[in-house]
Amino acid sequence: MASNLDQIFILLRNWLVGFLPTAFRPAAGVLLGVVAIVCVFPGLFALTTVFERKGLGRMQNRLGPNRVGPFGFFQPIADGIKSLTKEDVVPFTANAVVHFLAPLVLVVTVFMGFAVLPMGRNMALVDMDSGLLFFFAMGAATELSVFMAGWSSRNKYSLLGAMRAVAQMISYEVVLLLSAVSVVMISGSLSLPAIVAAQNQYSGIFPHWYVFTPWGFASCVMFGIAATAETNRSPFDLPEGESELVAGYHTEYSGFKFALFFLGEYLAMFSISGLGTALFLGGWSAPFSFLSVVPSWFWFFAKVMTAIFVFIWMRGTLPRLRQDQLMNFAWKFVLPFTLLDLLDTALWRFLGEGWQRWVFCTAILLVAYVAMSRIGFRRQHIGPRSYRYAD
Amino acid sequence: MTIVFYLLAALTLAGALAAFLLRHLIHAALAVTVSFAGLALLFLSLDAQFAGFAQILIYIGAVAILVVFAILLTRADIPKEGVFSRSWLVGLIIAAGVFAVLGWAVLESIGGIPQQNLAPAISVHDIGSALVGRYVLPLEIVALLLTSATIGAVIVAMHEREGGK
Repeated sequence: MASNLDQIFILLRNWLVGFLPTAFRPAAGVLLGVVAIVCVFPGLFALTTVFERKGLGRMQNRLGPNRVGPFGFFQPIADGIKSLTKEDVVPFTANAVVHFLAPLVLVVTVFMGFAVLPMGRNMALVDMDSGLLFFFAMGAATELSVFMAGWSSRNKYSLLGAMRAVAQMISYEVVLLLSAVSVVMISGSLSLPAIVAAQNQYSGIFPHWYVFTPWGFASCVMFGIAATAETNRSPFDLPEGESELVAGYHTEYSGFKFALFFLGEYLAMFSISGLGTALFLGGWSAPFSFLSVVPSWFWFFAKVMTAIFVFIWMRGTLPRLRQDQLMNFAWKFVLPFTLLDLLDTALWRFLGEGWQRWVFCTAILLVAYVAMSRIGFRRQHIGPRSYRYAD
Repeated sequence: MTIVFYLLAALTLAGALAAFLLRHLIHAALAVTVSFAGLALLFLSLDAQFAGFAQILIYIGAVAILVVFAILLTRADIPKEGVFSRSWLVGLIIAAGVFAVLGWAVLESIGGIPQQNLAPAISVHDIGSALVGRYVLPLEIVALLLTSATIGAVIVAMHEREGGK
């Protein structure tokens, strides 16, 4: 019974595909998987927007949306109707073709990333030999769409926002890749289902997730920072900082194209949380061995939504960085630390089983963290804020 | 297989053609990106996953962005006069020469390899093992080269800042 519930979506797909002649079955199976992804994640996006607004409202001591439906839960439907019926304004000087293509390229490339995520036992759409590489390749392609949007609008705020976004995404993509490399070093595979399977073991009741090792914890934190920057979320939301750049690269987008950008941003959040879940948090494996009766897909989505909650929490808590702080943080703290973590991972790999590797690896990372933050702070001259023109 | 090949080849060639026929430089850069994507898909249709994804990651994710940045930083806009430069004849000769050499190399290699229809079963795992095993010296040399290039770039940037102050 439990295993049936675990595989319910696979069984459902096989049952539906069974109605077709044998020749069409593989194609229909893939098509069903694509349809499921295209339906589930935008649905999750609609739910997340209302939860985000409610949650942020709670953190800022206000109510959030509360007019449409019970407790404002039908707000996304109203928003959807609004953006569908709004006039689609294209600036007169805009480069119409590129302006039209940019949101499409963004959403398509972001959707492609979902293809390799293992969303449950046997629930990856494509079990690719190099799934991780595919995911990063698709992530790299989204940068171009952001640039296309900013440049084609012929608006200085859009272009500035796009340049900021591209600079930020390139800087943090290095960190994103390197923090994932440490997992590849230990698990010895680029295939995400294989990485999850390697973590799906238990000592007693505790799982072997990579986040519970010293190097894994460090790379998980670095991955989280890079993922936040990569999805342009606060505190790294400079490309669309409304107090500086109106709305950054999507200033000149209205109606449904704006909704597509919004969708793309949230889908990128989901997919990168899914990747982080698969790499560090054990993917679909249960947090305790006795909880394995609960279906695997439930754990995957629970972990993704927890990651989304952390994103929202950070947005409600942290102030936005300045551009130079953002770049300094990336190149002078996060990148060196990730490189050190790679060495630490290699050490972990070759010290063999035993308590020594726990002590050594933890000590190295702790000392490095303290030393780097001390050195970083010494250069800063933190004092009372001075104003040049506003006194 | 052949239909897919012809579709992808058409996409790649159309991108390349558009890249030098479009007058607007950014449009040309985006057209080159289409051509890169077509090449990546060609690699993937030949079951060369690593080459395909590396093509997307490096060419679309890095080279295309670099090209676009270079265009924006040099303030190039739509040229007023014709798109032909004065040295078009030299360019034509060089391009024809490169094409001839590459075509000759490809045609020669076809004769050398025995015809076989089996798809080569080279996984990403094998490529990784080969890179850190047999080809570790070239890999290290490339790494050294890239490091020195990075240091050079940093030095160039540092000089500019000192001169500014």
